[in-house]
Amino acid sequence: MDILIQQLINGLVLGSVYALVALGYTMVYGILELINFAHGEVTMMGAMVAVAVMGMLMGAAPDLPGVWVALLGLLAAVSACMALGYVIERAAYRPLRQAPRLAPLITAIGISILLQNIAMMIWGKQYIPFPRILPEARHNILGASITDVQIAILGLTLVIMAGLVWLVNRTSLGRAMRAVAQSKSVAQLMGVDVNKVISATFLIGSGLGAVAGVMVSANYGQAHYYMGFLLGLKAFSAAVLGGIGNIAGAMLGGLLLGVIESLGAGYIGDLTGGFLGSQYQDVFAFAVLILVLVFRPSGLLGEKGVERA
Amino acid sequence: MKMFRSRPWLGISLLVAALLVLPLVVDASLGRSWVRVFDFALLYVMLALGLNIVVGYAGLLDLGYIAFYAVGAYTWALLASPQFGLHLPFWAILPIGAGVAALFGILLGTPTLRLRGDYLAIVTLGFGEIIRIFLNNLNEPVNITNGPQGITLIDPASLGSFSLGQAHSVFGLELSAPHFYYYLFLLFACGVIFISLRLENSRIGRAWVAIREDEIAAAAMGINTRNIKLLAFAMGATFAGLAGGLFASFQGFVSPESFNLLESIMILCMIVLGGMGHIPGVILGAVLLTVLPEALRYVGDLQRVTLGRVLIDPADLRMLLFGLALVLMMLFRPAGLMPSIRRKREFSETGQP
Amino acid sequence: MKWSALAVALVAALSFVACGRKPDAASDGAQIVKIGQSSPLTGPQAHLGKDNDNGARLAIDEINAAHPVLAGKPVVFELVSEDDGADPKTATTVAQRLVDEGVVGVIGHLNSGATIPASKVYADAGIPQISPSATAVKYTTQGFKTAFRVMTNDAQQGKVLGAYAAKLGKKIAIIDDRTAYGQGLADEVEKAAKAAGEDVVAREYTTDRASDFMAILTSIKSKSPDVVFFGGMDPQAAPLVKQMRQLGMKAQFLGADGSETPKFIELAGPDAEGSIASMPGLPLESMPGGQAFKQKFEAKYGEIQNYAPYAYDAARVMVDAMKRANSAEPAKFLAELPKTDFQGVTGHIRFDSRGDLAGGSITLYQVKNGKWTVLETVKSAE
Repeated sequence: MDILIQQLINGLVLGSVYALVALGYTMVYGILELINFAHGEVTMMGAMVAVAVMGMLMGAAPDLPGVWVALLGLLAAVSACMALGYVIERAAYRPLRQAPRLAPLITAIGISILLQNIAMMIWGKQYIPFPRILPEARHNILGASITDVQIAILGLTLVIMAGLVWLVNRTSLGRAMRAVAQSKSVAQLMGVDVNKVISATFLIGSGLGAVAGVMVSANYGQAHYYMGFLLGLKAFSAAVLGGIGNIAGAMLGGLLLGVIESLGAGYIGDLTGGFLGSQYQDVFAFAVLILVLVFRPSGLLGEKGVERA
Repeated sequence: MKMFRSRPWLGISLLVAALLVLPLVVDASLGRSWVRVFDFALLYVMLALGLNIVVGYAGLLDLGYIAFYAVGAYTWALLASPQFGLHLPFWAILPIGAGVAALFGILLGTPTLRLRGDYLAIVTLGFGEIIRIFLNNLNEPVNITNGPQGITLIDPASLGSFSLGQAHSVFGLELSAPHFYYYLFLLFACGVIFISLRLENSRIGRAWVAIREDEIAAAAMGINTRNIKLLAFAMGATFAGLAGGLFASFQGFVSPESFNLLESIMILCMIVLGGMGHIPGVILGAVLLTVLPEALRYVGDLQRVTLGRVLIDPADLRMLLFGLALVLMMLFRPAGLMPSIRRKREFSETGQP
Repeated sequence: MKWSALAVALVAALSFVACGRKPDAASDGAQIVKIGQSSPLTGPQAHLGKDNDNGARLAIDEINAAHPVLAGKPVVFELVSEDDGADPKTATTVAQRLVDEGVVGVIGHLNSGATIPASKVYADAGIPQISPSATAVKYTTQGFKTAFRVMTNDAQQGKVLGAYAAKLGKKIAIIDDRTAYGQGLADEVEKAAKAAGEDVVAREYTTDRASDFMAILTSIKSKSPDVVFFGGMDPQAAPLVKQMRQLGMKAQFLGADGSETPKFIELAGPDAEGSIASMPGLPLESMPGGQAFKQKFEAKYGEIQNYAPYAYDAARVMVDAMKRANSAEPAKFLAELPKTDFQGVTGHIRFDSRGDLAGGSITLYQVKNGKWTVLETVKSAE
């Protein structure tokens, strides 16, 4: 029993991060119908900037409490990634808004390669450790253990999701975003500044990505210029699982994928009588994804019958 | 076909002659490694043309295309290596490999018929990963693929007793394995190009385009969308299986790490960069993206000549420039370097594809 | 029109490249002898690749500083380094490129996955290859006369590790990263552990890109092993150890050469304490010249990552064979390589009939007070 609870906690922590990154994919997709392949790299940049800023802070002000250093690092990462997201959209995606569908996808792949290599040149080819400034106490919940960082991840994700739901459903920016997602031209006719809304979407999505990046590196204790690729891929799968373009779907998809991966890796051996082991954990995750999509072609919460091609 | 009418054979015969002497000139000037690069370029031409059928013609975004290449490569590796002690001749394995790949194409196509656009993309991506993971792990409980260690000592292609894997002297010229494979690949690439050309303007080709443009309208016009979509998957997979088999024989070694997601993405980049749905464009894209990363190895020498010293490690700069090239290319030629006429028209007139 | 345009472009390009070849520049009349080096200089393992490059470079620089003479003529060695991206396909292209550039021998590659396909190209060209770090058994069992390595292979190291694990406790859990390196080693450890009467309670898997191991560790924890062996590299080993402690697991962590790095301690912090890992060869500090090598290397390139000493030895073994053959011709000094009897900084280097390191030693290290300290050295069976 305590094993099951532990696996669920593992899955939820993993899933929270997926969900945050997935939100970035899904928001951009909802509005531009573009798979922003570079989003995983934006997340990586967030982690790298945070680690670098924290290192500088610890050198400049050694008396600052660890939590403050971490918060300032997070703040720096979020602002840097927002700026990055804004620049990427302006420079690489906006000129291609009328281009054939796959052209911006290739640009996104190019940006992704570019960002990886820029990060490699700035921070080197090495894994860099996340400074040990956060409390590392372990707590016991029903026989399962959870760390402070993991509790912070779960809590922060919850707060951010609630905030985002409020933003999309209750504010004028949120209304404008929904309008642009439905139809850019009609929204424009109704007086919505489409470019502004798209920029805002990129700012928010990149900011969320930065938070996720910092969480990942804090949780695993390291950051690396290559860390964004796999994370982005998983998060993108999560967004599709939930129904891409749908914000609640991204949250659900992220959490679900995390739990599926965790349970899959933990129990696949017992389920198949030892025939398949944890080497097939990704197969398990993808198989669930494929099964869901085969029976619900627009994802779990995606709108049905909408032609997007 | 205006180009064939004005002066039909001059251009083509010039092209054929250039392609035939290419490996000899390259070997003598740039070195044998470049012959190898062009070998790979021809493999990628086959792969890109195969993917072009699925993505370019039928408009089905496939991100797991490399899986079929892997299937072809492993089929060859298992049937012509010490792994199972089988050593089938290459004229027997190639069709088997292509056939098995086609089967996998249908296997992937069937459950995904209802999926569209990006949902299809993620499912195909998952499919590609699943194939790779299985190849990586099928060494237990029964050793089939030898797992991450890969399969070594794969037989080279041979015609009778003439093995393409060794150096021979032909007409007084000392030719090596990369040369022979170049001509073999060229032969197959021409075959693939020919089939693609014939398909483009056939009933099937037009049906694919109809599905790409509007699936519901296509179905209303009496096109059997299910069969036509499956045919696209199978056809694309066949080309990839063929290329995979040739790759295995050329390399003499296959391991799962050669068939990762990045390869699928690269092939997609080739066709989009060159001009989707347009055969010369796709060929150009494939050659360009194979040659470019290799050519960028020289940026170190370039720095030394122009700046007097190496400022930035060329190995670091290589992929950076590659990423930059992709972005700039798309910004200035979003329809590809050599777009098809239809696409060009769509792009200039309405702006909305 | 387009076809002929293409043809013209092709012909133009061909004539352009035909004039593009540049001759080898000889500096002060000395004959230049090129030695190749190949490792991943980009991608996730770039830091290890650069380390190998630096190790070989230091050796070449030192040899050149001594003004070497072969067959009565002064020679200058030049290291030609190429990026193989740890990718088997790129590795063969790069191998061919090195052959084209006229290298007489190759130090490399880093990964077994890249080394094996490349070895075929070198064998065809008759160019000797010494890998500093490829450990897959297959590399030297293909029957190529040109393939050598200065590191013990998976079977040799796995035997030592499996036997050592039996000393640490009765129950062992084995994890590998499903790479040629990790899987090969883990299989050998499993075999040896079983032979030593060990109970293998769990066999779990991850990937070389993963950073979350909570799920498999939770499952391992329920089987309460005494030892957890991980076959893989430090970017995975460090978070793995951290997460073991996070879950409250007390089991002994056991790793191999992929984990025995300063980076492991840096990344895992206090959780690294007590971890044990093996490294082929003898401890650098106890070797003649080892301390000096370390100081020189660190002054020039910073901390040693992992395999730099092996790359250093590999380059010196190759030049040593040339000196004995008194020639830099591959065919001539290739005949001398099997007779190698060289005192390197990683140990005494001799080759067996397949090109494997004969009777290599393996040293076990433990993290004590944030440093890898020597536990014991085991001589591997031949």
